[in-house]
Amino acid sequence: MASGKEIRTQIASIKNTQKITSAMEMVAASKMKKAQNRMLASRPYSDKISQVIGHLAYAHSEFKHPYMKEAGEVKRVGIIIISSDRGLCGGLNTNLFRSLLKQVVQYQAQGIEVDICTIGKKATAFFKNTGLSIKSVLTDLGDAPHFDDLLGTVKVMLDAYDAGEIQQLSVAYNKFENTMTQVPTVTQLVPMVAGEVDGMEHHWDYIYEPDAEVALSALLVRYIEALVYQGLVENIACEQSSRMIAMKSATDNAGDMVQDLELVYNKARQAAITQEISEIVSGAAAV
Amino acid sequence: MTIHVDVVSATESLYSGAANCVFAPASTGELGIYPKHVALLSTLKPGEIRIETDKGIESIYVSGGIVEVQPDIVTIFSDTAIRAGDLDETKALEAKQRAEEAMSDAEGSQDISSTQAALAESMAQLQMISKMRGKKG
Repeated sequence: MASGKEIRTQIASIKNTQKITSAMEMVAASKMKKAQNRMLASRPYSDKISQVIGHLAYAHSEFKHPYMKEAGEVKRVGIIIISSDRGLCGGLNTNLFRSLLKQVVQYQAQGIEVDICTIGKKATAFFKNTGLSIKSVLTDLGDAPHFDDLLGTVKVMLDAYDAGEIQQLSVAYNKFENTMTQVPTVTQLVPMVAGEVDGMEHHWDYIYEPDAEVALSALLVRYIEALVYQGLVENIACEQSSRMIAMKSATDNAGDMVQDLELVYNKARQAAITQEISEIVSGAAAV
Repeated sequence: MTIHVDVVSATESLYSGAANCVFAPASTGELGIYPKHVALLSTLKPGEIRIETDKGIESIYVSGGIVEVQPDIVTIFSDTAIRAGDLDETKALEAKQRAEEAMSDAEGSQDISSTQAALAESMAQLQMISKMRGKKG
């Protein structure tokens, strides 16, 4: 059995770790609140723009934008992967990567190649060892990402789509259900899959200014950026809540360990005292 | 008769409610939108959006964006990002460059997170070995 002093140092070190994890939990909790607010604040934009895209799908337009056309045979797909910059957030990133890898394997089985674009250090570190070609990288966004930061990354992938290098583009991120649940999600960006709108008929079209191509391009690019941005802010909210929960269970586990070790320590101490007493008694008896 | 107006930017909702009419700086000229306007989709140039309601005139500045008009709804997407062809191009190039660095890094020097992963793996192996030894001894 370990000596009393050894156990005492062990208990002290676990208590130190516990202090750190509980501080991290509290930091994550307050950051989560802010991240959730940002996520909610950006929802009106992406909701409205999805609604307009829905209208657009019903418009009887002469001009068909390439992003809205069904692509022919798919030979290569692009995936924008959103992850966190930091670790210590439970299985958040790993779950996303695992479900993505499954999909990538499926694609490869069908002879479809995959190009990726990573946002966040974790995805970059993970995917550069998978042999997939990384087209663009974006890291160090912090807790409050700016819309501007995304433009370059999204443009790289859209340019590839325009040039016909990829025939499909998706974004993968963790969707924020609630504090306890984060769902790895893959959403197709182009070609677009528009939702249904009730009560809309097909016999009308917009007046486009300055012309259909310019107006539609401007709208569709914003739509794609809005979806990626929404994914990014949701992923940040997920990261913080996942970290909060991971740190909470770490703190609880540390508490359990300290309790167990204290029990062992007390037993060891008691055994030492008993031994000492019996030594004294037997010594006294010998005299 | 009123028309419903939503003005949103990527980070917040700027205005949402009924209005008598809306004026927006479309790229081809100032646009006045009254209820039952024909469906229209236009880009915006920097300028002021005026929303006339019963309570008064609401004024919002936009640096560009898009306006969608349906007979009873006007949706205005305001840009928060500054867009310029050259600027976007530079950003795209930077993103590509970072990707190349990351890819070339894979063979050469490793970064902290992958080293951490390798470390965790060898730690687990060591733990396993010491457990096996404990069982034997």
